[in-house]
Amino acid sequence: MFEIFILPFFYRALIIIILLGFTASYYGVFIVQRKMSFLGSGLAHSAFGGVALGILLSVQPLIIAIPFTLLFAIFISYFQEKSNLSSDTIIGIFFSIAVSLGIIFLSLKENYTTDAFTYLFGSLLSVQLIDVWTSIILTILTTFTFFKYWSRWTYATFDYELAIADKLPVRKDNYILNSLIAITVVVSIKIIGIILISAYIVIPGAIARLLSKTFRQMTILAIIIGVVSGIIGLLISILVDLPSGAVIVLFQSILMISVFIFKREK
Amino acid sequence: MINAIETKDLNFRYGNINALENINLIIPQEKFVSILGPNGSGKSTFLRILAGIIKPNSGKIKVFGQSIDEISSDLIGYVPQIKTLDRNFPAIAIELVLSGLNHRWALNSTNEQKDKANFVLEQLNAISYSKKPLNQLSGGQLQRIYLARCLVREPQLLLLDEPATGIDMICETNLNGIIQNFSKVKRTSILMVTHDWTSAYEHTEDVILLNRKLIYYGDKKNAFSNENLMQTFSHPQHHHHITFGNLSNV
Ligand SMILES: Nc1ncnc2c1ncn2[C@@H]1O[C@H](COP(=O)(O)OP(=O)(O)OP(=O)(O)O)[C@@H](O)[C@H]1O
Ligand SMILES: [Mg+2]
Repeated sequence: MFEIFILPFFYRALIIIILLGFTASYYGVFIVQRKMSFLGSGLAHSAFGGVALGILLSVQPLIIAIPFTLLFAIFISYFQEKSNLSSDTIIGIFFSIAVSLGIIFLSLKENYTTDAFTYLFGSLLSVQLIDVWTSIILTILTTFTFFKYWSRWTYATFDYELAIADKLPVRKDNYILNSLIAITVVVSIKIIGIILISAYIVIPGAIARLLSKTFRQMTILAIIIGVVSGIIGLLISILVDLPSGAVIVLFQSILMISVFIFKREK
Repeated sequence: MINAIETKDLNFRYGNINALENINLIIPQEKFVSILGPNGSGKSTFLRILAGIIKPNSGKIKVFGQSIDEISSDLIGYVPQIKTLDRNFPAIAIELVLSGLNHRWALNSTNEQKDKANFVLEQLNAISYSKKPLNQLSGGQLQRIYLARCLVREPQLLLLDEPATGIDMICETNLNGIIQNFSKVKRTSILMVTHDWTSAYEHTEDVILLNRKLIYYGDKKNAFSNENLMQTFSHPQHHHHITFGNLSNV
């Protein structure tokens, strides 16, 4: 059974899981601290609409899903800013719109079931070269924006009003953050699956939050946890032949609960 | 000399609640001014406008002759009201002070910046908890850290929203002394919201009495007349609808 490790799809998956472990957990830190986990879930389901449209049009779903999800991220940010409705409500509405569209798109297409399941639950075998490239581009984008934006996003996360008082363009910064999160979500879909993405993004940040005294520590720790748990989860999933997204998230959850109990007892 | 603050017909509404109505003020530089008024009278709102956090619905406002949008945030130090502060953020106290210097959450700070931060923390008697996480600080301690975050910038205008809340009495006198001293040495203009009339009278020069409208601005000696206090503090519960200014219309 070890011959699996020399198959090219394994290396593609490994590269993606390392790069995504880095980017997803990095953004997850902001998501955790800003209490917007639901955004991750909302964006993943928005991506479902995009993926479905891609399947319907018989083009590479990722190519449709990225702009589609970005559009939803922008809508969500816009309505959060302009209306008195709570974030939950706004995300919930867009979530449903995207899922409804997705279901309609898929039902218009014949023989859609197999493909759609891949996206809902994730599948290693579906990973293609284009997925590797998009995660490389996402990682470069993330590293590039890190130096300029970490300190600004962090400041606005700490205290939105003080950031405004210090003349940071917090709205623009939020659009950028939400857009990068949207891309991360889409790129994670094939491996993790739409249903589990939100947990995958958030758990490393949540574990790091339990263990960190400063936000800098939290960021570094979340990235390490994200990468390492991704690799371990991937290997376990291959060895026991179970869906990798589910195994990775389950592994992360066990880690989280252990840390929580450990902290309690101390 | 340019005035520290000038406002003309300043209005601010939250939805359909008038928080500030036709505020006309001219405050010269280097004054230590206290702002008094009942709960919900628009004190915090006024400071938040000056800090550039919210924009007035109408009217003009200038700080050191410049509009709020164009003025450098280096010149202004703002300490928010404590009930609005969040302790849930993973940070140690000194990081908060350093954010005052960096105007963002710096990944790294220079030794020079750290020395500066420590110096201010020492002055405020807060050095002993400079490495403590925010969620382990008492309300009063946290307030000091926010004050340090402000003072480390050496701003020209200090906006303090109830800086003495939660700070014990001995320390409070001490704190007012420090602020007063700072204003003298650095020639800072200060606006301080407080509910403590005694300390307003003892430490500040001028007084603003606010109840949605400006009731009084001027020397503290003439501030506390019966008429002024009546206008300011009557009907604190009904400030949405009634102030003495428009009773005749009711
Ligand atoms: N974020 C907000 N949204 C809606 N209304 C607000 C908001 N903040 C304040 N208000 C309203 O504006 C008015 C002025 O509030 P403000 O906080 O400026 O009062 P304050 O004088 O600082 O009171 P306190 O002494 O309690 O701090 C109040 O009627 C309040 O209900
Ligand atoms: Mg107030």
